[in-house]
Amino acid sequence: MIGITMTSPAIHIRDLRKIYIVSQQEAGARAALQGLVHRRKLEVRAVDGISFDVAPGEIVGFLGPNGAGKTTTLKMLSGLLYPTAGEVTVLGYVPSKREASFLRQITLVMGQRNQLVWDIPALHSFELNRVIYRIPAEDYRRMLGELTELLDLGPLLQKPVRNLSLGERMKCEIAAALLHRPSVVFLDEPTIGLDVTMQRRIRTFIAEYNRRFGATVLLTSHYMNDVEALCRRVIVIHHGRLVFDGDLAILVQKFTSHKTIVVQLGDCSADLHSYGEILSCEDGRFTLRVPRAETARVTERLLVDLPVTDLLVEDPPIEEVIERVFAQENP
Amino acid sequence: MKALVELYAQQFKTTLAMMFQYRASLLIWMIGQVLEPLVYLIVWSVVSEGSGGSVGGYTTSGFAGYFILLMLVNQVTYTWIMYEFEHRIREGILSFALLKPVHPIHSDIADNVSSKLITLPIMIVIAAALAALFQASISPAPWAVAVFIPALLLAFLVRLLLEWTLAQAAFWTTRVGAMNQVYFVMMLFLSGQIAPLTLLPHPLQVVATLLPFRWLINFPVELLLGQLTLAEALIGLGAQVGWLIVSFILFRTIWRAVVRLYSAVGA
Repeated sequence: MIGITMTSPAIHIRDLRKIYIVSQQEAGARAALQGLVHRRKLEVRAVDGISFDVAPGEIVGFLGPNGAGKTTTLKMLSGLLYPTAGEVTVLGYVPSKREASFLRQITLVMGQRNQLVWDIPALHSFELNRVIYRIPAEDYRRMLGELTELLDLGPLLQKPVRNLSLGERMKCEIAAALLHRPSVVFLDEPTIGLDVTMQRRIRTFIAEYNRRFGATVLLTSHYMNDVEALCRRVIVIHHGRLVFDGDLAILVQKFTSHKTIVVQLGDCSADLHSYGEILSCEDGRFTLRVPRAETARVTERLLVDLPVTDLLVEDPPIEEVIERVFAQENP
Repeated sequence: MKALVELYAQQFKTTLAMMFQYRASLLIWMIGQVLEPLVYLIVWSVVSEGSGGSVGGYTTSGFAGYFILLMLVNQVTYTWIMYEFEHRIREGILSFALLKPVHPIHSDIADNVSSKLITLPIMIVIAAALAALFQASISPAPWAVAVFIPALLLAFLVRLLLEWTLAQAAFWTTRVGAMNQVYFVMMLFLSGQIAPLTLLPHPLQVVATLLPFRWLINFPVELLLGQLTLAEALIGLGAQVGWLIVSFILFRTIWRAVVRLYSAVGA
């Protein structure tokens, strides 16, 4: 925390708001006709007065359920959206002015969108970014080398993008977005839809990029594992409002009193009520809800007492944690 | 400036790579580029022969010259931006463009110039073969050839700026298809693609002259056919420069409005 007060923040947000005006139409021909003359306007408060600072070099997890305002905030931070009210600066720049010197220092990776040219090898898109960002030849070569090594891109760069798997393409997308070595990195669901191995790979890479280049990273993800591995600090928003900003460990401890244990048995006939609350059972695969403090003891008992072929202890999904955070805020 | 030159050079390599990926569709597209004027040429040749060898001052070989040059001028000035933009917006490609420290039109200009440089030699060979086959009469004065080069470049730039600007309509309406269609029909009739403008009824000729269409295709063609006086050629160049200024102002204004709208409502 001392470091944060000493240097000016990489990201600074005060009372940030984004209100969309959407026209609404009810179903039916009559409503459609009325809609031609008079549209009901509806105010949607996508981001409703949030404030936080992020210090240079910090990795922060930005969490919230779908529609919480995460992407809207990231878009305001990267200059794609103009705020309705409030203050935003990134590296001292006002993002919505989209100054070239600002754009050259940031990047936004959107897991569900892609910028690579589809039909030709990714290397062509990389080269285009080299000239667009005016990356000196030497820097480009070095950075491409590092990214190739860290993300294991070697065999992928010569293949047309359309022939890559989702995970391979994502690695190339991330590389393309980082060639200009941005010091502020916005990642919107960078691991969405990827298998566990690939998720881990990308996670390790983000940590390494942050370590090597001292970049500031703001990351949204639906995967608790991403957040746990990368972020000490998390910011949770819900309905456009900030509901938690602080240590991840505190968030999890504070808002999750239980863990789930998944046990694989032969069938569903066994009575496991004495071990915990049974949430479901399918083909002998029980899901139990157990108080956090008793997890270790229950696990041990299960393994001793029953013919367990597989056992998995999980934190509740991030959505559930956030729901709890939200429930606490608005009882 | 150096950075832009590098950008264009790099885009050339990318476009070349893409065209190699799409060899078959490129071939089909080029056949289309040749077939359309060829059909008009054959129709008008038949009409001209049926009316004693000439229609409105065009002989059969005059029509051949007109439509073969038209094919080349259209090839150079044609863009596919209007077809692409709706898809770009829906796929959110514009977000990536706005994140880049370079105006997105540069990629489009570079892409168009590159693909033209690649396909033009083939089109010239085809044009030469057709000219021999149909005994086209093309006899420009040396000065007309000299004026033709800037006229062609201006036509390309104006057409690209106009079509790029019109394509932005996709931000206001999700159905740009209808608007594109109106533009294409006007282009077909008023730029001289379906028939030389001098064969159109007088009011239509006036409309074609007042609007940009004539200056985009018909003017460079007539220039190289040797049908214009030096004074007419200079007036034409003046009209093109005028439209360049107008289309540039439109392009700037509309693009600013688009960015403002886009950053107000998102994609």
